[in-house]
Amino acid sequence: MSAETATTGSESLVTALVAHGDDNLVLAQRLGEWISNAPELEEDIALGNIALDHLGVARALYTHAGEIEGRGRTEDDFAMRRAEREFLNVLLVEQPNGDFAHTMIRALFFDVYQVDLWEGLSGSDDETLSGIAARASKEARYHLLHSSAWVVRLGDGTEESHRRAQGAVDALWRYTGELFQGPGQVSPERWRATIEQVLDEAGLEVPDDPYQRGGGRRGLHSEHLGSLLAEMQWMQRSYPGLQW
Amino acid sequence: MAPAGEVELARRVASAVVDPEIPVLTIADLGILRQVSWDEGRVRVTITPTYSGCPAMRQIEDDLRSALAGAGLADVEIATVHHPAWSSDWITAEGREKLAAFGIAPPLPDGVVLCPRCQSSTPRLVARFGSTACKALMVCSSCGEPFDYFKEY
Repeated sequence: MSAETATTGSESLVTALVAHGDDNLVLAQRLGEWISNAPELEEDIALGNIALDHLGVARALYTHAGEIEGRGRTEDDFAMRRAEREFLNVLLVEQPNGDFAHTMIRALFFDVYQVDLWEGLSGSDDETLSGIAARASKEARYHLLHSSAWVVRLGDGTEESHRRAQGAVDALWRYTGELFQGPGQVSPERWRATIEQVLDEAGLEVPDDPYQRGGGRRGLHSEHLGSLLAEMQWMQRSYPGLQW
Repeated sequence: MAPAGEVELARRVASAVVDPEIPVLTIADLGILRQVSWDEGRVRVTITPTYSGCPAMRQIEDDLRSALAGAGLADVEIATVHHPAWSSDWITAEGREKLAAFGIAPPLPDGVVLCPRCQSSTPRLVARFGSTACKALMVCSSCGEPFDYFKEY
């Protein structure tokens, strides 16, 4: 392999690690917004725990990306010192929490994707990535147990919970196509089969709307990411280099 | 002191450091402590996170550092490794006994959960997420005891 292709290969790996890290960090921040606001104590704890898992995955990926890149960037540089346009997360994870149904549908869409993604990456030639992925895949499966159970309970619950859950499916469906544009190889067919199975059990329907949004992987975000980052990065931006 | 002696001492001290969230267990019982070795003129301790989001890793690193410094080993490298990924299988037999004695049901093969109070094997899941990332909340359907379950993972 020539030096040039080696560089290109490691650059695309860094980009992939950062993109997956951004997905997990942004979702962690969103889920953290529920803490002290969830519908019941157990959910408060569950959402906080899930957020921590996502945050941990993001930290490990950023650290690894920084090591491969070799320019001395740390997890904090990636999380706290990049601007909105430099974030490569999918639009799905930056969408506001909305009501609880909205949060659970978003989680379901993302969890099914993550289960497949991490299972694939746990066979990576990159040992560190394979270790991070092996751990994350078990966590993603556990998160999916939680989100899918809630989606069934809400969809198959009262008229009101059903209406809200279906509303969330309709609103968030347009952000799901982006999950399959890479990086990482996740089968859209397998994703859809699992989603349809859960939605079917919940008495919910896949919307008949072909419209899909994208751009997150290229740094083109919805209006919501900027304010999320402003809140998350405020301390580090106001007091650069501040340490605990 | 010969490196072998220092490594042995470091291993003994590091093995005795307790987990900040489940202080009845040492990091050796939990399988968090992966290796103690001699690397380029100093002691190197390798640890691995249990759950990705385990917030105790930094604390464990600090605790390791101060325990080793207390034993006269100030120049120590502590590295976190992710491969191979930690699994609850790595909790030692002694660790499992300590967990059960403390009232936390340890992970057992095939997802079996035994009530730490009456040993009944038919608990009910109350919440998948408990007081820490590694635990779920159960209640025994036989004796009524609510208890933490260290998840099989």
